[in-house]
Amino acid sequence: MKKKVLALLLSVAMVMSLAACGGQSNTGSGNEQNSNAGNNSAATPSASGNAEKILSVQVGPDPETIDPALNSAVDGANMILHSYECLLAVAEDGTLQPAQAESWETSADGLTWTFHLRDGLKWSDGSDLTANDFVYSWKRVCDPIVAAPYAETVLSMVEGYEAAIEGNLDALQVKATDDKTLVVTLNAPCSFFGSLAAFPTLSPVQQATVEKNGDAWAIAADTYICNGPFYISEWVPGSYILMSKNPYYWNADAIKLDGIKFNLIEDANAAYSAYQTGEVLMIKDVPTEEIPSLQSNSEFYVDPIIGTYYINLNITRDIFKDAKVRKALSLAIDREYVAGTLMQGTYSAAPNFMGPGWIDTDGTEFMDNANGGKPYIDVTDHEGNLAKAKELLAEAGYPDGAGFPAITYTTNDAGYHKVVAEYLQQAWGELGIDLSVNIVEWASFTPLRRAQDYDVARNGWVGDYSDPSNMLDLLYSSNGNNDGKFSNPDYDAAMDISRTTLDKAERSKALHQAEDILMEEAGCIPVAYYNDFYMMSNKITGAWHSAYGFWYFMYADITE
Amino acid sequence: MIKYIVKRILLAIVTIWVVATLTFFLMNMVPGGPFMAEKAISPAAQAALAAKYGLDKPLHEQYLTYMKDALHGDLGDSLKQRGRTVSGIISTKFPVSAKVGGLAVVVSLLIGVPLGCVAAYKRGKVLDSVISVVSTCGIAVPSFVICTVLMYVFGVRLRILPTLGLTGWKNYIMPVAALSFYPTAYIMRLMRSSMLDALGQDYMRTAKAKGLSQSVSIFKHALRNAILPVVTYLGPMITYTLTGSFIVEKIFTIPGLGGEFIGAITSRDYTLIMGTTIFLAAFMVVMNVVVDIVYKIIDPRIQLK
Repeated sequence: MKKKVLALLLSVAMVMSLAACGGQSNTGSGNEQNSNAGNNSAATPSASGNAEKILSVQVGPDPETIDPALNSAVDGANMILHSYECLLAVAEDGTLQPAQAESWETSADGLTWTFHLRDGLKWSDGSDLTANDFVYSWKRVCDPIVAAPYAETVLSMVEGYEAAIEGNLDALQVKATDDKTLVVTLNAPCSFFGSLAAFPTLSPVQQATVEKNGDAWAIAADTYICNGPFYISEWVPGSYILMSKNPYYWNADAIKLDGIKFNLIEDANAAYSAYQTGEVLMIKDVPTEEIPSLQSNSEFYVDPIIGTYYINLNITRDIFKDAKVRKALSLAIDREYVAGTLMQGTYSAAPNFMGPGWIDTDGTEFMDNANGGKPYIDVTDHEGNLAKAKELLAEAGYPDGAGFPAITYTTNDAGYHKVVAEYLQQAWGELGIDLSVNIVEWASFTPLRRAQDYDVARNGWVGDYSDPSNMLDLLYSSNGNNDGKFSNPDYDAAMDISRTTLDKAERSKALHQAEDILMEEAGCIPVAYYNDFYMMSNKITGAWHSAYGFWYFMYADITE
Repeated sequence: MIKYIVKRILLAIVTIWVVATLTFFLMNMVPGGPFMAEKAISPAAQAALAAKYGLDKPLHEQYLTYMKDALHGDLGDSLKQRGRTVSGIISTKFPVSAKVGGLAVVVSLLIGVPLGCVAAYKRGKVLDSVISVVSTCGIAVPSFVICTVLMYVFGVRLRILPTLGLTGWKNYIMPVAALSFYPTAYIMRLMRSSMLDALGQDYMRTAKAKGLSQSVSIFKHALRNAILPVVTYLGPMITYTLTGSFIVEKIFTIPGLGGEFIGAITSRDYTLIMGTTIFLAAFMVVMNVVVDIVYKIIDPRIQLK
């Protein structure tokens, strides 16, 4: 009897699965077939010879926006990077490569940049892409109605930016002298403008589709016209974005994948489960509690990105006006313990403000040349640092913390922020300083920090491009992100030189001088450098991860 | 009855208006704003965005504009998901949540009601104890634990169910199970105690004396009286289950409405906060009216006034 029931159940299951298959092959329009191939498992397509090769990955939840002008997030940039291509591109080794432009040159005074576009460039709908499309797109980034968060970062050095950002878009000195030539005039030499020409914000967007659909052009697959190696063929918000190979892309022959499926998984445990089952071959969000067990796994990666986890002291408060106090607080932190133990090795101890990955003007690592090649803080000697800290605090008039007012550390509660806060209570407690912790919800935290409504606050920055000015500018006295209100005329002077000089050596010197001042004055307290930690199957070849936190899957392949 | 419904609808409009007004002013009192990012947006862009969405106007003016638009059925554009309208977000995401939630409601009723009846009928027996233990667990165990356990056992270990998305019928099994766990347990308990009550009533003894079969007396007479508390519970339960669960949707990567309620608040997406709140309030009010009408149908003694 039991066997009969079992047999019956099995046959029901068979009929149902057959029916499901039939449905797929009968009704499958191109899109549906794609999605099926992507869903079954990332590995199946390569199992049979003629099936589509779809790489299934997870780089974050639903992006807030994938309009190149509006995006300010890394996960959005990852989508844009695969569907768009800028004038230039960053290669795996970090160098600039020709992309939509096949060559480019800079005038002797460094003020005029000329880009020569390739022949026969096309949009993903098959229409022609010209230099005028870049002119339109770059002006759009300045448009106050568009309110692009990165406008200032990527275009403020272009002549006419000030007027353009107020609404006079045509003032922006970006001109197409013919269909294939784009000429950009800068208001000051900018040695890293090439990096900006490769930045996702400056991707070309198609005027016709943007003007026809307004902001909504970038939320649906059929109006998201792009020019990169892939285009969006299917998009289920909150579920997945499926990109298919763009046949009109100039370098389409080099693209081996038929598509990439970006699974918009929000929960790290869910991402990890999907990775374990093989439903996705790469995940960016790995649950932190799994990290200890993954250390020896060949598919687990910890890669540095250009970014620093640091602490802001509110320098408008009297108690932090003395650099000795600031330095004492900085030296009392055992960075190796914080990064290696508390943060489980997902961060690295930060002896400098500028960590690995920032590139000096001569192309070498900025960090290797800083402070004469020595770290500013010897993170291996915590005992020594602590003794020095106590000494400095006594010199400042607070021996053993006597007379030091009680202070508050403000942070939001995510990642390791709370653990670090608790550690600081203990570490600064050794100096005799009484620290209380104030946990604030994320959306309230940023405005509070920007308004200097705190004593001590967590902060962090991940670079957009590898020129050191991208992060050193944060401490410039008038910078909008200078949350601690560090203000030092020598620092500002050094940064001014770095912005205007054409001489690489002089520029490098100025940047290093700025960091010297920052570390000597303890304008902020660097604690750890960011890393991206992720899982990627050994089946994936030809993919890489950049120091800006971007993944490059366009030239990837899936092997068995 | 008609008069009653009209009255309830009028009352519902007032309720929704009060909820909307409170939400509007409360959310504006909370610190932070929609255009605050880790990296500062230039003051020109900040001002342009504020002007675009009318956030530069005085609060009472914003309130009047919003209410006027809302009355015309325009819930505005999402401030954070640029290019999407609030009604667009609700109308694409609610059906997804409702599909999963609707199945969960059906499952919890189909399991909860009969098991609750059985537990009452077999009171004090082993079966009753088993059902009690299960229902207590169902109420006590938080849904993220259930989700994680299901995911680990069926998704990762046994690999018989897909862990993400909603692409086939198999994808529904785990989320529906996770969503229906708590309501099933709750309905079992409600059903058991009200059934116990009903079984002790005089009319049951009469039915037995008349020689009615046990199943007829229980399912025709006792159940009809005993189900009323469950019906009461169904109003809010259907509302919350159909509008999506933040946790279940997050863990199983379901593109439903549940995440938007929380996401809107944490990102200070004012229009989306208003839209989702009004939607939830309206749904709740409607469900309550429906429950009242169902009450009347089940128990004609009840007068709707």
